[in-house]
Amino acid sequence: MKIAAIAAVLLACACSLGQAAAPAERRTDPLDSPRWADMRKEMFPAGARVVFDERVRVTAPLTAENAMNVPVSVDAGALGDVQEVLVFADFNPIVRIVRFEPAGAHPGLGFRIKLQQSTPVRAAARTADGSWHVGGAWVNTAGGGCTLPSTGSGSPEWQKRLGEVSSRVWERKEGGERIRLRIIHPIDTGLAAGIPAFFLQDLLLADNTGRPLMRIEGFEPIAENPVFTVDIPAGRSATAYRVSGRDNNGNAISAAIEK
Amino acid sequence: MKRLPIATLATRCLIAAFTLGWTLLLSAADRDYGLSPVKIAEDTWVLVGRSEDFSFSNGGNIVNTAFIVTRDGVVVIDSGPSRLYGEQLKRSIARITDQPVKLVLNTHHHPDHFLGNQAFPADTLAALPATISGIHDEGGSLNENMYRLAGDWMAGTDPVTPARAISAGPLEIGGHRLELIALDGHTDADLVILDRSTGVLFAGDLVFNDRAPTTPHARLPRWQAALDQLEKTGFRTLVPGHGPVAGDAGPIRQTRAWLSWLDQTLRRAADEGFDMTEVMAITLPAEFRRLAVVEAEYRRSVGQLYPAYEQRALSKEAGRP
Ligand SMILES: [Zn+2]
Repeated sequence: MKIAAIAAVLLACACSLGQAAAPAERRTDPLDSPRWADMRKEMFPAGARVVFDERVRVTAPLTAENAMNVPVSVDAGALGDVQEVLVFADFNPIVRIVRFEPAGAHPGLGFRIKLQQSTPVRAAARTADGSWHVGGAWVNTAGGGCTLPSTGSGSPEWQKRLGEVSSRVWERKEGGERIRLRIIHPIDTGLAAGIPAFFLQDLLLADNTGRPLMRIEGFEPIAENPVFTVDIPAGRSATAYRVSGRDNNGNAISAAIEK
Repeated sequence: MKRLPIATLATRCLIAAFTLGWTLLLSAADRDYGLSPVKIAEDTWVLVGRSEDFSFSNGGNIVNTAFIVTRDGVVVIDSGPSRLYGEQLKRSIARITDQPVKLVLNTHHHPDHFLGNQAFPADTLAALPATISGIHDEGGSLNENMYRLAGDWMAGTDPVTPARAISAGPLEIGGHRLELIALDGHTDADLVILDRSTGVLFAGDLVFNDRAPTTPHARLPRWQAALDQLEKTGFRTLVPGHGPVAGDAGPIRQTRAWLSWLDQTLRRAADEGFDMTEVMAITLPAEFRRLAVVEAEYRRSVGQLYPAYEQRALSKEAGRP
């Protein structure tokens, strides 16, 4: 594995010699993670162009006190024409955190995650030309967030409210709107003994005419009762919105987002 | 807590190896908290901790503990962050008096206030009922967390739950007329002790002085109400849970100012649709920037408290406009 990793790095260096990159881009991992070579192989197609790009901003606390609920904001707005964004954490036992397609919404997302140990948290944004632009931040944590059961998993009261959505829409000073929504869901990773994985798999945020604004594919490390922050550009603001989707057990989520 | 600049992993590993090596060199037996009781009133001593976060270098000694030497034995207020601290506290007391420890009061169920309990006879340990259940339910995980944060200083420490429940009211011991005051807000049960004989108010963690308050179990409105009540007790000397001893209500007002700023800031942020990362990035007002560890404590508080504000701002039933 070590040799493969070194080979991958050498290969990456060789490639960068022959390719003129934008000034914000670089080929070597700014977070210097020993897992990067593995991430490169696991997360992206073999032939894909993958560059580190500071235009993809990941905001998270350098030290996260509560490993069960680490806030992360991703913003790839500086790139333009973002097709999808994949968020992952190199050292998490379940690496993938969330994938979203900003089909009309601003290419950014605020959410909260569970981390098992200190790790880079990365967002890889795919632009229309097929290349992946990777930004990231180190998050230090005492960890344990992934192997602890959710508080909801033990409580029958939560089961009654499963999938309940509360939301609100704000007008933004800079134009457009912000939607924040919270979904009642225990989100268990499946790593805590005796508790199977239970998580939000698909969410679609659309306007009230049904035009999609953002598709969110969730994975196990999203924090319990997730809260999402999505910005809608001025041109796509609507009189009302709707969120729909399901978890990995097929429980439906469906709610109007009214102003 | 640890605030490393973005370092390379190699540097991190070096630091880790160095810390580990250092830790192995010093066994718990060699570790000395350097406790030095300061006499603040007749019969009354305070051991002032550092205004820091828990760390491998301070061993958890960021807390104030105190004791009153009465004719009828010693009353200890909080036992410190570890077994070792408890033992060294007991030795400090023995250097000052031959009186045995008669009563150890845990003001609330935070680890730095009760993990020294092991050093004292079980029948001396007492606390409010909700503190007893807090130690019983969370003592194990709080202790585990302290091992992570303070390392080897914690060796041999296990949580001991006080068996004796106390309630609010007067308590006379060896000529000292104590008033036990049961409040809450920093946690679900915060015991305050007013010694009417000396005018010393032991405020526990309801009051912080020049160090940002911690909020893992806080309910801000209850805490603010408790502070109002404390200001009316007519004390001469104020012993905060963290930070230097004071002769006036300054630390009460400082704590209240921080809590009300925190409350208003989180409420406004939630009402204006801030994401949690945006709330953490808010610049602190100048008046609070001189509080020790305020940046780290602010971010911790946001993590602990913001979800409830968010929930209120998002749900119509809970009073969203
Ligand atoms: Zn406390």
